[in-house]
Amino acid sequence: MNIFIIMVSASLVSNVILSQFLGICPFLGVSKKVSTAAGMGGAVIFVMTISSAVTSVVYYYVLLPLSLDYLNTIVFILVIAALVQFVEMFLKKVVPSLYKALGVYLPLITTNCAVLGIAIKNVQDGLNILESVINGMFSAVGFAIAIIIMAGIREKLENNDQIPESFKGAPIVLLTAGLMSIAFMGLQGLIR
Amino acid sequence: MSKENVCFERLKNGIVTENPTFVQMLGMCPTLAVTTSAINGVGMGLTTMVILTLSNFMISILRKLIPDKVRIPAYIVVIASFVTVVQFVLQAYLPELNKALGLYIPLIVVNCIILGRAEAYASKNKPLPSIMDGLGMGFGFTIGLTVMGSIREILGAGSIFGYEFLEKLNNFINENASQGVKDFMESQGLFEPIGIFVFAPGAFIVLAFVVAFINHRNIKKAAKTGDKAKLLEIHDCASCELECAKRTEPMKKTSPGMQSLNDELDKLEKTVEEMKDLEKKGASAMADSAASKAESEVKQA
Repeated sequence: MNIFIIMVSASLVSNVILSQFLGICPFLGVSKKVSTAAGMGGAVIFVMTISSAVTSVVYYYVLLPLSLDYLNTIVFILVIAALVQFVEMFLKKVVPSLYKALGVYLPLITTNCAVLGIAIKNVQDGLNILESVINGMFSAVGFAIAIIIMAGIREKLENNDQIPESFKGAPIVLLTAGLMSIAFMGLQGLIR
Repeated sequence: MSKENVCFERLKNGIVTENPTFVQMLGMCPTLAVTTSAINGVGMGLTTMVILTLSNFMISILRKLIPDKVRIPAYIVVIASFVTVVQFVLQAYLPELNKALGLYIPLIVVNCIILGRAEAYASKNKPLPSIMDGLGMGFGFTIGLTVMGSIREILGAGSIFGYEFLEKLNNFINENASQGVKDFMESQGLFEPIGIFVFAPGAFIVLAFVVAFINHRNIKKAAKTGDKAKLLEIHDCASCELECAKRTEPMKKTSPGMQSLNDELDKLEKTVEEMKDLEKKGASAMADSAASKAESEVKQA
């Protein structure tokens, strides 16, 4: 598949959050401030790129030759969990500045379903290793775009006292997400 | 409490008191993603229930064998194994459901309801109550997904559980109604299905209204008793590990990474509160405090 199409499709057209519903929890939970949202987005881009690479290498060079590909769910979740721990330790030791920026968010990512979801999807769609990395990276970029836009809107919503009592908090955020999702549906015309 | 009471209480707890969808708002990804029709909701709910019950049972049996430090990876392995087994069963016997749920079956592994129950309940209790806990929570989740799926299917496709009531209703009216009604129908038309509800945006919008409805009821109830209303909150899923650990054994069991995160969050909350206070006090108060601070500094010097 054309690399460019994968980029556009992963980040905009089939956005991980707004059209595939992967990683909804951090999207709704960590989107109160633009700065935290950006940190989370950065951490996800970092982890998702590495994890896509590692999981597809593991799949093509370990699981397939041993014909253990049916174990991919178990293997992937363990690889991702170990990887996040490892990345955390590595950053702490080697790149403390980056660790300072992203460190808080790293433990949150282990249970982020977007990371596992994209890893499994890469394999299901039969993408090769390079395509997997690109797909993982740009899916994460899509995640970052969505969460930062959401955080920007939520910062404005904070000052709005016109919201009905029962819509305060979660419901208004979900409605906003719905509208964003409609807007992103418009991008489907980009490919085809 | 006797044995039967505990079990019954667990079931009720999962379905009503701590319903994962309507009270705790956990497991939002499948709640939004697979509820394009009522039948998919039921399928996903029951699949999750089976896995939850099995994993609760297994973890409860193993609870004395699993060392405390590696318990989370151990739980994940147990859950992932059951997910793989269930995935194959679905592939063999219910291929259509398997196709409809697709990617979301392997993703049950990271569904925080399951890990949350393992951590909060099954790792501390005997097998039988753990099974009942799994059944209760799973059934509560199934109800949540079915409600969501039904609303979306009715609004988006004009059918329920695959039964196309809208078309039947239209036919019925065309065959039996008087001329006046028919004319009205032709000019106005009966309710048209709104396609967007079965697409992605519909999921968010329907969930928003469901949550708002629950909030509305809670506010009304609270107004009667005079308490402060409890509004539903979105948990950051990944912190549900934290959440459970916090609820049961504050801070003791959390790993260092989690703990630093908690501290960070506490700090942030504190600063936000301070900022709010400052805003309330207004500029004059701020000036005052600054003046007094300067004074004290001068004294210290």
